[in-house]
Amino acid sequence: MTAEETAPSPTSAPQTRSLRIGVAGPVGTGKSSTIATLCRALSDEYRIGVITNDIYTDEDARFLRAEGVLPAERIRAVETGACPHTAIRDDVTMNLLAVEDMEQDFAPLDIVLVESGGDNLTATFSPSLIDAQLFVLDVAGGGDVARKGGPGIGRADLLVINKIDLAEYVDVDVEQMVADATAARDGKPVLALSRKRQQSIDELSDWVRQLKGKYHSGEHVPTDPGPMAPHFHADEDGGYVHTHE
Amino acid sequence: MARGTEALLLLSDGRLPAGGYAHSGGLESAIRMGRVNDIEDLKRFLTGRATTSGAVAAAFAAAACGACLGDRLEDVSVLDDEFQARTPSPALRQVSRTLGRQLLRAMTAIHPHQLQQRLPRRLNHPVAFGAAAAMLDLEPDDAARGVLHETLMGPAMAVVKLMSVDPFDAHRALAELVPLLDTIAGDAATYADADPATLPAFGAPLSDVVAEHHAAEEVRLFAS
Repeated sequence: MTAEETAPSPTSAPQTRSLRIGVAGPVGTGKSSTIATLCRALSDEYRIGVITNDIYTDEDARFLRAEGVLPAERIRAVETGACPHTAIRDDVTMNLLAVEDMEQDFAPLDIVLVESGGDNLTATFSPSLIDAQLFVLDVAGGGDVARKGGPGIGRADLLVINKIDLAEYVDVDVEQMVADATAARDGKPVLALSRKRQQSIDELSDWVRQLKGKYHSGEHVPTDPGPMAPHFHADEDGGYVHTHE
Repeated sequence: MARGTEALLLLSDGRLPAGGYAHSGGLESAIRMGRVNDIEDLKRFLTGRATTSGAVAAAFAAAACGACLGDRLEDVSVLDDEFQARTPSPALRQVSRTLGRQLLRAMTAIHPHQLQQRLPRRLNHPVAFGAAAAMLDLEPDDAARGVLHETLMGPAMAVVKLMSVDPFDAHRALAELVPLLDTIAGDAATYADADPATLPAFGAPLSDVVAEHHAAEEVRLFAS
């Protein structure tokens, strides 16, 4: 049965509101694998659903289903018409309905993870869609990226520096990258992660547990990392710059 | 100016956050299949869309708006069934229902209205658009114009992501269609109080075919 067939009228809010966590970050930094890691680590504790946003395909949803980290029906894809940042910020309706449907169809869910389509350093979630967000960078993208700042790096609820097991192969000093990121974030949390290092997975899981606690106690206040900066889109003709004002 | 002009612009603007930007109105598939290759093809595509799907959508939006304004909500359900009967492609039915649902979901936040609680659970996009127009105190004629505009703006904006084309040329094609669109919208508005079964059924079989192909594609930029 599809979500559409089971959904009530568009005005009725789901009975059970989950903690909604967004996962943003540039292409290829490991957003999907971070979600797979989270599901693997936490699915015995929490009932989790996942919404993926892809640019061309539903490949991320397929990857997660193939990983077998959740029942396949609790992983759904939203198609974003080649503009993934629009779907998490300017026009969140498609994702909002997907989250609400998921909460309705599998009630009660504890956590819904929303994966942004891979974009650039400036794409962040609107608080009208999610309650908190991770921004994922990786060491292979270069040790200097964290210093570049921007709304996601500077103000996401958690900055993840991923694939630290690769650092030695790409000449990145993880401690320095974490220090740069911490400085760029005024001390807000930074987590060095590798899906091959259990301790880092435990730290990530603990961050989610704490967030869940703060969310239910009312201590957690959703914050907006900030608007899109004008940014560049590469295409066959070279590319173009646009804003979302 | 007539009452509600600003509300019509609000509802018809592609920037309304109701998820319409993810759809190309069949253009992506038409380009992939080699049926649209240049700006002249695009203009033919838009003309075809305006005179078939667009004209039907406009008539249903006008009629749905009229039914809501006249508090004939049972007619809204009948209109939705009638529209469904004029949409043979399962893929297009799904798209229309999704867009209708997204529009009404967005409207609950943008302009809360008691009509939302009383409408049928699922509505096709043109019927939902007519209902949304009524919530904004617009007239059936506005609903027809708005939905027709949206029917063409989707592909006209999508084309620059799908084909090597000058965006000015895409808008020139739209500008050249303005007299036709005014005529279609005017005709559609005459169905405001019509028996739902008598609404037009201009078929576009090729649109149905390309929509089914598109839905089966592994890699696509647009959802439809």
